[in-house]
Amino acid sequence: MTATQERAVALEKGPARVAPLLRVTGLSVSYAPPKKGVGLGTGAALTDASLDVRPGEIVGIVGETGSGKTTLARATVGLVRPAAGRIEFAGQDMGALRGRALRDFRRSGQVQLVFQDPLRSLDPDLTVAELVREPLDVAGTLPRSERHERVADSLRLVGLDPETMLGRRPRELSGGQRQRISLARAISTRPQLLFCDEPVSALDVSNRNLVLSLLDRLRTELGLAVVIIAHDLSSLAGIADRVAVFYRSRVVEQGPIQAVLERPAHPYTGLLTASAPSVTQVDRLRPDQLRPEPGARDWPVHGACVFAARCRFAHDACVEQPPSLPLAGDREAACHVAGEWRAQLTTDHRPDTEES
Amino acid sequence: MPESRPVLEVSDLQVSVGDHLVAVHDVSFAIGRGESVGLVGESGSGKTLTCRAVLGLLPATGEVDHGRIVLGGGEDREAVELTGAARATWNQVRGTRLGAVFQDSASYLNPSLTVGHQLAEQLRVKGGLARGAARARAVELFAEVGLHDPASVFHQYPHQLSGGMQQRVLIAIAISCEPELLIADEATTALDVVIQAEILALLRRLRETHGLSLLLVTHDLAVVAETCQRILVMYGGQVVESGTTEEVLARPKHPYTQALMGVATIGTWERRALEVIPGQPPAAGEEMPGCRFAPRCRWATEACVSGPVPLADLGAGRAARCVRVDDVLDGPATATAQEIEHATELEGATT
Repeated sequence: MTATQERAVALEKGPARVAPLLRVTGLSVSYAPPKKGVGLGTGAALTDASLDVRPGEIVGIVGETGSGKTTLARATVGLVRPAAGRIEFAGQDMGALRGRALRDFRRSGQVQLVFQDPLRSLDPDLTVAELVREPLDVAGTLPRSERHERVADSLRLVGLDPETMLGRRPRELSGGQRQRISLARAISTRPQLLFCDEPVSALDVSNRNLVLSLLDRLRTELGLAVVIIAHDLSSLAGIADRVAVFYRSRVVEQGPIQAVLERPAHPYTGLLTASAPSVTQVDRLRPDQLRPEPGARDWPVHGACVFAARCRFAHDACVEQPPSLPLAGDREAACHVAGEWRAQLTTDHRPDTEES
Repeated sequence: MPESRPVLEVSDLQVSVGDHLVAVHDVSFAIGRGESVGLVGESGSGKTLTCRAVLGLLPATGEVDHGRIVLGGGEDREAVELTGAARATWNQVRGTRLGAVFQDSASYLNPSLTVGHQLAEQLRVKGGLARGAARARAVELFAEVGLHDPASVFHQYPHQLSGGMQQRVLIAIAISCEPELLIADEATTALDVVIQAEILALLRRLRETHGLSLLLVTHDLAVVAETCQRILVMYGGQVVESGTTEEVLARPKHPYTQALMGVATIGTWERRALEVIPGQPPAAGEEMPGCRFAPRCRWATEACVSGPVPLADLGAGRAARCVRVDDVLDGPATATAQEIEHATELEGATT
């Protein structure tokens, strides 16, 4: 039985009961050396983040620029060394890997990254055939004679015709096709985990859905675990199973995606869903209901809840960052009034004014 | 608008790029005073070229083949013909009567000058204010576009501001001389959803308080849904549908608009099969005798490809460029999963 088949069998037991493929516990990453008294220092990019990803599962990561989404991806593939915490991949502690072992793991292509802009992440001088084959040559596990067939297979998996595509270079492809080549390149080593960093934000709406549906199909066909970093909540809701919401280096909420987005437990998630544009007029929260009153108090830079300054429901307890605590329905949130803030919402129908 | 001339009137605009490849075909539209219009389409639909032509900022290889662009007159301002305008005319119009904001905010600000300096410069050069008055007005404008602590923002450099703050600075510069029309080309595309919602709310508020007309260019129907009164949908360089936002979103008459609705952001969070529009849009300058959407359209018949399809007036301010307007309404909006499978299999073989 091949590894892929084993994963497919494991999937049938239901993703919840399968052991996590990736388990991140208490992960902290800092890009600047810590100073005395300020914990991780000014360069804290990720603080105490925990996340599980199971085989065959799509986990969405949302959050604003600089909230630590990409840092999580970089730490998982071993591009940055964590300041604290543990990353386990398939039961193995990644922090324990050193030197040759770490290099071998990276080259094995079990974890692959897909970047936002395929024009910048694909070498313009290489043909599609070379681009998709390169990870196989680096891994070196597949016999040479089988590599060509694997390249063609990978292209077919992303819905492209190998005959016509193999000889082209990135500039001869459309944006959607280019991103699918990045995907083909990432899956050519048949990874177990795929990290997609904003895979669709450089694409048009129609291509966006095409690439996302493709990811949805690949995770069942290859038993892939997929992490998608995105800011388009609605498309993510269409395909992801779970979502983790990042804010200022912390995971503020996570859980099954529909439950989290329909009934956010953290006020920031509420603000996100209320701000998402929509073509249909639906009854929902308005952003101005969740913005703080003018003249709200100042919060200390360190120690206070990361969202306090932008939170309408911030109160005295918020001078201390709340830990991420479990809630009903396999969810967790880091908020002193998780889920309870809805009771404080003002329901008066003010015109949609902008924060002052 | 009945009471006065439109702020902007574009008629039969044809723009070509490169080696006489026609990228915008006979586009006509008008924007009334205080009106907000959304120009929607995928990349390559000609929406950006149209708005660049209005701003006189076509790329070096681009040129207006024919058509007229007229900036309407008001009580104290006269109408200006922008097609073939001399540099001096453009200098009088851009920045004072036409404001613009674009997607990549950082590249429109000078990194070596404070943002306050850049706004005050605009107020002094175009608005004719004295140094001190320009400074005071700049701080007022920063406050007006929702920047916190405007007096200290004045002294900051672009790199010290976030993308959303930079976009607010650019909006402040764009509206500093009280223009009649503000063109926002994908101005919120690169921003986070929360900031995007704030910028859109700011544009709505400025329209109300300044009587500003707004041309919002975007690829996302969801963005125009809450901000614009009217929508123009462009495809392959043509306007394929126009009408009030409410009408177009509730009852799209052109199959492309329907397909866009299918793939656009909807406000629900349920798990669903994501819809796609199979195929590729036509390249600029591609000669097609009939409907330019026909190769991707599930309603296409012989009649669609045999001859040009006119933009038919449907009454009540609506128009659509489709020979089967009546059939289109009742069918499913986008292709089924099977059709998508088929279309993606073919891809590469056909292009």
